[in-house]
Amino acid sequence: MRHITKIYPNGVLADNDVTFEVRAGEIHALVGENGAGKSTLMKILYGMERPTSGQIILRGKPVTIHTPHEAIALGIGMVHQNFMLVPSFTIAENIVLGAEPLRGAFVDRRAAIAATTRLAQEYGLSVDPEAVVDAVPVGMRQRVEILKALYRGADVLILDEPTAVLTPQETHELFAAIRQLVNAGKTVIFISHKLREVMEISDRISVMRDARMVGTIDKREADEHLLARMMVGREVFLDIEKPPAQRGPVVLKVRDLEYATEAGVEVLKHVSFNVYAGEILGIAGVEGNGQTELVEVIAGLRAPLGGVIELDGKSIAGLTPREVRRAGVAHIPEDRLTNGVAMTLSIQENLIVDRYAREPFTRGGLMRPAEIARNSEALIEQYAIRAPDGTLPVGSLSGGNMQKVVVARELSSRPKLLIAAQPTRGVDIGATEFMHEQLIKARNAGVAILLVSADLSEVMSLSDRLAVMHDGRIVAIFPDARGLTEEEVGLYMLGTKTMTPAEIERNW
Amino acid sequence: MEQALQVIFSATFIAAVLRVTTPILLPALGGLVAELGGVANIALEGIMLTAACAGVLISVATQSEWLGLLAGVAMGVLMALVLAFFHLNLKADVILAAIAINILASGSTIFVVFLLTGDKGSTSALVSKQMPFVEIPLIRDIPLLGPIVSGQNLLTYVAFIAVALVAVFLYRTRAGIHLRAVGENPEAARSVGINVRAQQYLALALSGLLAALGGVYLSMGYVKFFARDMTAGRGFIALAAIFLGGKTPLGTMIAALVFGAAEALSVQLGNLRVPNQLVQMIPYVATLVALVVYALAQRQRAIARQRKFRQAQAT
Repeated sequence: MRHITKIYPNGVLADNDVTFEVRAGEIHALVGENGAGKSTLMKILYGMERPTSGQIILRGKPVTIHTPHEAIALGIGMVHQNFMLVPSFTIAENIVLGAEPLRGAFVDRRAAIAATTRLAQEYGLSVDPEAVVDAVPVGMRQRVEILKALYRGADVLILDEPTAVLTPQETHELFAAIRQLVNAGKTVIFISHKLREVMEISDRISVMRDARMVGTIDKREADEHLLARMMVGREVFLDIEKPPAQRGPVVLKVRDLEYATEAGVEVLKHVSFNVYAGEILGIAGVEGNGQTELVEVIAGLRAPLGGVIELDGKSIAGLTPREVRRAGVAHIPEDRLTNGVAMTLSIQENLIVDRYAREPFTRGGLMRPAEIARNSEALIEQYAIRAPDGTLPVGSLSGGNMQKVVVARELSSRPKLLIAAQPTRGVDIGATEFMHEQLIKARNAGVAILLVSADLSEVMSLSDRLAVMHDGRIVAIFPDARGLTEEEVGLYMLGTKTMTPAEIERNW
Repeated sequence: MEQALQVIFSATFIAAVLRVTTPILLPALGGLVAELGGVANIALEGIMLTAACAGVLISVATQSEWLGLLAGVAMGVLMALVLAFFHLNLKADVILAAIAINILASGSTIFVVFLLTGDKGSTSALVSKQMPFVEIPLIRDIPLLGPIVSGQNLLTYVAFIAVALVAVFLYRTRAGIHLRAVGENPEAARSVGINVRAQQYLALALSGLLAALGGVYLSMGYVKFFARDMTAGRGFIALAAIFLGGKTPLGTMIAALVFGAAEALSVQLGNLRVPNQLVQMIPYVATLVALVVYALAQRQRAIARQRKFRQAQAT
């Protein structure tokens, strides 16, 4: 791909003169922060987006790719981050979808199953051809997606953040399968921002930042620090300066908390811990081990099956989100677009959604625009929200500024407990540092903070104490997050090591 | 009471059930195809009505029931394509567009009938044709079964054969599988090169075709004239049959038969000394009851799941 530039109709420059080269038969990792332009680049290669300018050269010949169909015809296959499967169809049906083998006028099911079995064996991607997709685990669904691309004759496979949804064990299996694919002569492009995985699997690594290609290096010349520097453009300071915690009394007490989904899957199993005033308790863990549910149960968004949740000694279990907030809990939700802001409402309105019906914003049943505007002006200044005007819709702000609106609202409610779930996900470095400062400031002011983050270095450097979740349980609580290594915490995250219940209880 | 039971357990009654199920089953199959294609088609009622009207008028003009059938079906497909155009090309809300079609159908059919006959009620003044009734040799002479299976209108046979055809189409042909894939996950279908819009056009056209057959049956089989709003809600009962039948062809047929039986009962009881108004309520009450039972069963299932989970936890 030579000199690719992509400007979206809304003026966003996603790729700026990017040149990207992949050799046949290699595993090539494409890394970069969210929004660096790697997904757009791959969408251009797969025909889902058209470049504003630039050229694609495949096997020595310039090609134009306008639709995924054309990409498939050229032997390019893509496995999307969110799977493109039909849930009620069997695995074989999904694999042959759109290119079904026929017998007469009818679709030949037996041939579809045979083709699936053959491909699965050839590439070591085990699937059950006759199982319905809805009923199989995520790892198998991903293998189905890969087989789907192979069935269509893909030689070049683009895997878009394939490990984001996998357990460590499944990731391991995926890597084995990728190696087998390459041995069979396929070429794999692996999009990721997890440096450790990139170092493990790839032959060469290309790094993107701010819509530009920073460079391509051989794995042998690379290490994680070099890659990190290339990704963010400067040495990353993983250590955050903060004064020692002035730990106060217990604010949040959680005991034996249990939760299960409607389908009956146990997600939280006897979770117990305390959060004290003036400290940050971090929760580390591979995503999908119950962190999301833990946060939402405490925030009142889901009802627990059993257990105790107390705030300042009063039970808040099973209360509505509004009641939980009234009791003094603030919540920065992980999915800010859905739960954090109302996209079409103004900044002013988003800043008061939890208190619009109270003084001073409402008096005598009527809202008071002057008060609302004054409030938003003050918060915009205090939290350095980059917006010309509080009446603009929140949806027009960047991710980082949108998050600042959420943080401004939550912290200005003067909470006793702040739950921050993935507070810096998808926001730029500057906004990230600002978030960190705000969290430390709130902690120093005596707020109890429960921090959940998938970013291990973030959660380790911000937290005073660190808990690790695995498979719905708290498997470790470290009384001092300083001096821990990622490797050590990683062992607990993967469930290889666990503390004894007595040890954990000592550190509640 | 005894009289009523005698009525129900007779061959004539079962034959009647098949007769009145036909104009529910055909649109239900049409609605099923649209539903699985990802478009809720609540315009079945209007499509039936225009098809019924067009069929009668053309059969009057040409004195050919076959041309009438053709005109009715063409009219139904046309209406469905109008709905598809509004929804798929102009991005109108499919429910609102369908309601518009239903109202348009009701008004325009009366208008056209009034223009041609001067009568706002029905076309009974005109001499229209009827689709043939089929006597099946040999089967006709089997006691009990004969009078039920033989001697029905051609379109009644078509309706029940259509159940199998629709099933084969949906689950065995490439077009049917693509249609269901589009209905369930359009993104997935698009990513493998399936033309989503074309599949949804196909789904709506087929639903128009099947609903139109139901409409033509009403005015050119069940009776021999067009009357204002003669579909009497069958297009909506058909929708209920789809969901009650678990969105499968066979299930939809069984649900349609249940509703057909309720309606046949109301017709039979009309001959006895039961208040007419009460009797006429039966099909609609049956629909309502069926939907409530369906909802309760769903909830029961969810509760059972939860209980199972709690038990598993306790041990």
